[in-house]
Amino acid sequence: MARISPLEVYKLLPGINCKKCGADTCMAFASQLIERKKKVEDCTVLFEEDKYKEKREKLIELLTPPIKEVVIGDGLKVGGEEVLYRHELTFFNPTALFIDISDDMSDEEIEERVRRINKFKIERVGQELKLDGIAIRCKTNDEVRFGEVVLKVVENSKMPIALCSFNPEIIEVGLGIAINRRPLIYAATRNNWKKFAELAKNYNCPLVVYEEDIEKMSDLVQDIEEYGVSDIILDFGTYPQGEPLARAIENMISARRAAIEDGFKPLGKPILGNATVAWLVESDPIKASHLESSLAASLMLNYADIIFMHTLETWAILPLLTLRQNIYTDPRVPIQVEPGLYAIGKPNESSPVLVTTNFALTYYTVASDVEAGKVDAYILVLDTEGLAVEPALAGAKFTASLVKEHLEKFKVDEKVNHKTIIIPGMAARLSGEIEDITGWRVLVGPIDSSRIPKFIEEKWKKNGKA
Amino acid sequence: MLNLDDIIRILSEVDEIELEGVSIEAQELIMELKQGLAYIPVAKHAKKEKVEKKKEKLKYERKIREYTGSIQEVQIGATRKEGGTRDYVIKIGGQTTLYPYEGGYKNRPVVSFDVFDIPQPQFPKVLREIWSEVWHDPVAWAEKALEYGADLITIHLVSTDPHIKDTSPREAAKTVEELLQQIKAPIIIGGSGNPEKDPKVFEKVAEVAEGELCLIASANFDLDYKKVAQVAIKYKHNVLSWTSLDINDQKSLNKLLFEEGLPRNRLVQDPTTAALGYGLEYTYSIIQRIKQNALKGDSELQNPISCGVTNAWGARESWMKTPEWGAREYRGPLWETVNALAVLFAGADIMMMLHPLAVKTVKMVITSIFEKVNPSREVKYEDWIKI
Ligand code: SF4
Repeated sequence: MARISPLEVYKLLPGINCKKCGADTCMAFASQLIERKKKVEDCTVLFEEDKYKEKREKLIELLTPPIKEVVIGDGLKVGGEEVLYRHELTFFNPTALFIDISDDMSDEEIEERVRRINKFKIERVGQELKLDGIAIRCKTNDEVRFGEVVLKVVENSKMPIALCSFNPEIIEVGLGIAINRRPLIYAATRNNWKKFAELAKNYNCPLVVYEEDIEKMSDLVQDIEEYGVSDIILDFGTYPQGEPLARAIENMISARRAAIEDGFKPLGKPILGNATVAWLVESDPIKASHLESSLAASLMLNYADIIFMHTLETWAILPLLTLRQNIYTDPRVPIQVEPGLYAIGKPNESSPVLVTTNFALTYYTVASDVEAGKVDAYILVLDTEGLAVEPALAGAKFTASLVKEHLEKFKVDEKVNHKTIIIPGMAARLSGEIEDITGWRVLVGPIDSSRIPKFIEEKWKKNGKA
Repeated sequence: MLNLDDIIRILSEVDEIELEGVSIEAQELIMELKQGLAYIPVAKHAKKEKVEKKKEKLKYERKIREYTGSIQEVQIGATRKEGGTRDYVIKIGGQTTLYPYEGGYKNRPVVSFDVFDIPQPQFPKVLREIWSEVWHDPVAWAEKALEYGADLITIHLVSTDPHIKDTSPREAAKTVEELLQQIKAPIIIGGSGNPEKDPKVFEKVAEVAEGELCLIASANFDLDYKKVAQVAIKYKHNVLSWTSLDINDQKSLNKLLFEEGLPRNRLVQDPTTAALGYGLEYTYSIIQRIKQNALKGDSELQNPISCGVTNAWGARESWMKTPEWGAREYRGPLWETVNALAVLFAGADIMMMLHPLAVKTVKMVITSIFEKVNPSREVKYEDWIKI
């Protein structure tokens, strides 16, 4: 699918450059709209004057991604994707992970789980990895209990929630309590859809539709839309293994391809995957958590925009959040680390200083190689504008004067009592020039950072500190 | 606590009861409940609008996609009839469609276990626990790997590295010869990564394994890849064409190897598998691009893909004892599993792996997706609410 151009968007804007939207010109605003940094509503002019009605409507139509973006709670966005493969553009809204709470759990257990979901946080590559929501399921089929549990969750957590039951009466009780939180309603089926559609419409909440047959799903979604529900999420059912698992994933891919490749709107909706089904076949918590996380990864890799899970084991969640971080990295922007002097292990004044670039992958590879080799060292990260060593050298972003600047800026001479730096093997040709202008001695390190520990052992320890 | 809004709403629902047959009792329950809880009605019951005209529904139909290219089918291992001594062979690739459900997959992806020619005491603890009892003997190691469900075996001749043991090519060849005599699975032969030594080792090894259609890993830009291609051609083996996360490099190396005379169906490509958390997204996208370009007709990329998923163990999250990350004995195998699933769904044909649990899970997913086996246990999806 071809991306829309700023010009196409510009043509539908007033073109008066009044700056009310915060952008300097309508053209700048057009680019920001495409980058999703601004919303159409920010151009107040478009909405105030009736003569723009047609343009406005066309613009909204133009900017609606093939996969509708649905908001759960007060700002959790799911869906909104434009492409099938991240390399074609980028994926926008990372898969949301919802952890379940069952209404048959004791109050203490619920409080403890909610507390753990709230505070779950792991730092990786300068980002905070967190969970996204709580799925409250009604196991007891007792409205009173379900209501109590929803209240308890709402009181103890600000996270987005999903209310889960196939019984509309039960859902309505939950909605009555949690309405201000705009919960996700789970789930309408071909049998009960009218009642659910009614609830979703009246309470203005997003609605999950569960249907395993993709043709029937398409029909059902259209019925529900016609009924007046606009925020719909598709659940094709998830199975723990075998042909039913294949079928579920096939449906997910087919729906996404129909929406993006063929512009088939009824299936252009966020998709829900449900990894909790692992617990239907495994009762041992460790085995079940392993299977559940593997299923969740499989769903995430096949277009799930939201995933329900049961495990709260960090070892089971960390790989998933890391996968999400990888897959949802914008391929258009190389991820960078802050330039600076980084300590790996416990370096002291006689430890080696390694120089590398601020392309995140380069930095983290070097850092993990140094760490794996149990070497205590400093890494001086140069601002190469996010380029790896080779392209940085080619584009003159990695230069002797840049090294000089960073040595001074980060006061490397105050950290170590020697005047030797180790530069990447690929930057060997800069060594003379660096020595000339910085007065530091240069050791040319290995081309591949995996050989750094050996290099330190052999070259640095023998003659580095001389 | 019932207020007017409630009553109106309930009454209006009663109206629905006739239409949809919900029992009165349920309504009464709700009324009781609302009195018990601080129920705050927010939404007003919308007046039912008369449905005027039904809009024509759009019918979903699965569109058949056309692919102009296809992937080479590569055979690893040769039976006695074919000039080798294997009991069975592995076929990979051969796809004519992007996804298995489109019908163009005749072979499922396979898993190879890594075996080394010397003990690997630097392995993370969970791997040491499994392999240390067999790592003094590559044959015993390979046999155990096959018990764990390996489709084939990769023997890494790491001891040939001059900085490790500098094992001679002749000795390395003996290791391979013995392995081929004792085990019946097809094998992949890996060097030490030393660019000067590897071609020499491959030459001897390829000779003793003549006709077995092994996969020689690897030919790459750091070493004399022409020589690797030549010995593979001469002694009838496949070549792994290995590059570093660059699709254009991959294209050119493949092309150069074909120009050496390597038959099109004797090359497997490896664009490098970065570890989960350490650049996996590059690998993921390159594999997807290779597969898509191949099916669009790019003849230099139309070969199966092999992935060194074992690299997952290079990520500290897979082995480091860090209480905030949870128990490492479970985290490590899952790290490798998730890494494998990412390349599997991107389009990998061979996954080289190390942990039996990771292999078990990945093979479960493979048999589910690519062979659509019947599940060992039937479950009802809606029951997830009651777990
Ligand atoms: S508010 Fe609208 S009209 Fe004014 S500059 Fe922005 S885009 Fe243009």
